Amino acid sequence: MFAYYFELALRSLKRSRGLTLLMVLAIGFGVAASMTTYSVFRAVSGDPIPWKSSKLFVPQIDMWGPKARDPNGDPPDAMDYADAMALMRAHRARYQSAMYQISPSVVPADASKHPINVSGHAVFSEFFPMVDVPFKYGAGWTADDDTQRSAVVVISSKLNDKLFGGQNSVGRTLDIEGKDYRVVGVTDHWNPQPRFFDVVNTGGFTDGAEDVLLPFNRAIDVGMPNNGNTNCNEVPKESGFVGLQHSSCVWMAYMVQLDDAAAVQAYREYLDGYARDQQKAGRFGWAPNNRLRDVPAWLDAEHVVPSDTKVSLLVALGLLVVCLVNTAGLLLAKFLRRSSEIGVRRALGAQRSAIYAQFLTEAGIVGLAGGVLGLLLTGVGVASVGWVMPKDIASLARLDVSLLAITLLVAVVATMLAGLYPTFRASRVQPAWQLKSN
Amino acid sequence: MDIQIRPILVALRRHKAGTLLIALQIALTLAIVCNAFFIIHQRLANLSQASGVDEGDVFVIANYWADVNRSTEQVDAQVRADLIALRQLPAVLDTTPASGYPLRGGGWDNFVTMTPDQVKPTTDAAVYTGDEHFIDTLGLNLVAGRNFRPDEVTAMGTQQAITPSTAIVSKALAERLFPGGNALGKSFYAMGTTPSTIIGIVDPLHRQGVDSWSNSYAGQALIWPLRADDSKGIYYIVRARPGQLAAAMRDAPKALYAQNRMRIIDPKDGIQSYAEIRHRVYDSDRGMVILMSVISVVLLAITAAGIVGLTSFWVGQRRKQIGVRRALGARQRDILSYFLTENLLITGGGVLLGLLLAIGTNLWLMLRFASQPMPMVYLVVGVLLLLLLGQGAVFAPALRASRVPPVEATRSV
Repeated sequence: MFAYYFELALRSLKRSRGLTLLMVLAIGFGVAASMTTYSVFRAVSGDPIPWKSSKLFVPQIDMWGPKARDPNGDPPDAMDYADAMALMRAHRARYQSAMYQISPSVVPADASKHPINVSGHAVFSEFFPMVDVPFKYGAGWTADDDTQRSAVVVISSKLNDKLFGGQNSVGRTLDIEGKDYRVVGVTDHWNPQPRFFDVVNTGGFTDGAEDVLLPFNRAIDVGMPNNGNTNCNEVPKESGFVGLQHSSCVWMAYMVQLDDAAAVQAYREYLDGYARDQQKAGRFGWAPNNRLRDVPAWLDAEHVVPSDTKVSLLVALGLLVVCLVNTAGLLLAKFLRRSSEIGVRRALGAQRSAIYAQFLTEAGIVGLAGGVLGLLLTGVGVASVGWVMPKDIASLARLDVSLLAITLLVAVVATMLAGLYPTFRASRVQPAWQLKSN
Repeated sequence: MDIQIRPILVALRRHKAGTLLIALQIALTLAIVCNAFFIIHQRLANLSQASGVDEGDVFVIANYWADVNRSTEQVDAQVRADLIALRQLPAVLDTTPASGYPLRGGGWDNFVTMTPDQVKPTTDAAVYTGDEHFIDTLGLNLVAGRNFRPDEVTAMGTQQAITPSTAIVSKALAERLFPGGNALGKSFYAMGTTPSTIIGIVDPLHRQGVDSWSNSYAGQALIWPLRADDSKGIYYIVRARPGQLAAAMRDAPKALYAQNRMRIIDPKDGIQSYAEIRHRVYDSDRGMVILMSVISVVLLAITAAGIVGLTSFWVGQRRKQIGVRRALGARQRDILSYFLTENLLITGGGVLLGLLLAIGTNLWLMLRFASQPMPMVYLVVGVLLLLLLGQGAVFAPALRASRVPPVEATRSV
């Protein structure tokens, strides 16, 4: 029976080629625009660490007071040195790490090569188990290395390829800004997007790499300056990187792992207690105003998904809706024009359900053809998304099987939905009236 | 020409669903197109903002020091040597050391106050640093006062808080701080305990970022006479002789490496002409313009094609009625105006609904994405555009309808 409807539909569609083409084009463009912008939205709104994002939290401490709060009353979104170190010393979470962005120069052993600039973070040893850094060789350093301020480094597989030809470089030494560091680990293609552990300094999405991870205390000792944002509500009293550490300027990220609701509650209480202690000591002239957000809430509060991406998706979905309304109108005209044909079929004993099957098949074929066109256009769209989106975001958009499947599905289902009302009207045609008028 | 509206309305009632669908399509199209046009226009305005830089001949070198453990004095000596090496190049007209540059995509901003103990800042300003060559290298337009003298320029070490006693400010900042008054010779405080006296005014000078959050101090900038001897690195802004940009960009890194090898200039994006800088910093604005334009064009084309398609169907359906009207004495142009008027009524209805949707969408975007309120002119343009689009789209089928011969009345379908 379906084969028959299929043939009927094809014949009907062929009869008015122009109209069929118009419907297919409309569906194709509408679906492709939606899917292309969706591919970007999907890429930037995904959870970078879905298996534990609800256990990772970013604490914020109100070290600047009421006049520096943002319109929502939030304190600064980064940490100053003194508070970050106090939190590290207290060590109240399962895992915790203060961190700051660095961009040191690496001097290749081969003297004929130029020094290169790399980027990364200075972190504590608990950073590695906390954010589940995958390792190709070796592992992160230990808590002892933190306290002993060891000259150790974890490098990316990319940097390892560049400097050590991709071999296991654990135990080899690396010259970073004129000092030797022992490689203890090589990460395995680790490039989380967005950089949930340091959104403020990386801007969320970054085409930079985490080439080197150094022990925090060591980086501070050798005076390796921060490469990210520095925000001050007053000018530091002393100069240099040391002056920055003694100032109330914020320039560090901080992350903790809290495994259950009780731990979260306990940490909140600890933060409030800490702020109250600072208030008593006279450092803060205001009541505690801390924040403790998990990764999804933090990414949302930091507006990591660019509003352009959302607006683009909404406008493209608007286009799809218009295309569907357009298709519904055209299908309605097309189906009702065949009232006499429907009348004959009904008079010869066809059920209403048969009329439904026949016309929905026709709508489905239009949807399928539109979907195939939409697939092609989505391919073109995703490939050329670099023209319309910033590079660091555009490079994240992927054309994969699930996107292709969604494209086809959306095209067919949407077109059949658009065809529902016209089909309903077609099924209501009165056979007697049609036969009489003929 | 008397147009009968009543018969049209009666006829439309027989195509209620079709009429509603096309009106809805027009309403949605209007709502989207108005907002898309508004976005396009805003972004184009961003793209055409003047930086103040004579962009054709200027480029920027991002120079990182390979040895970060040097003292400020050592870095300063290297910077001075670099500047001499660059200025000696035949293709180079001038150069200046800098901590940032217009359209860099973000950078150093300071609060500005009128007194040192003022709690709430008067405003914000982008902070630029450079030597006495800064204005000439960038090609800034000095509208009042004078340039820095060489003896006013001092070295600034890593994260060193220095407040020079002189500053050159943009006209926008001068007028913000001293409305209506002559700002020359007056002073302000920029997060320091000592004042800076305004010795010169340039116009215009763009801030370093282009993000909308800093729009409230757009065009407000100050220049301090400092050599930014940060131990990490420095920007050299270089002005090539007219027509020699490519040669200067090729020779400059060679000259620097020849001066001293212990530096890092990224081979990929360590040297950027202002064309590249502008292209890079505005990529999301340009992208939105392209995307919104493509979507608007597709939208209008599909809506126009939909009107053509649907009207053609209706004409085909009514051939017999048209024939009867023609046989009863209706002229061709009566038939033509019938269909044109019918479309005007449908589009008019759609447009009315569309106006509400357009305003609603704009309000929602304002609430959700901090968009600006849409001026009326976008609605007016959108309405006229869709009315014209409707009339244009319906014209061909209507013309075909008007050519239906009266004899059609005697034929059965």
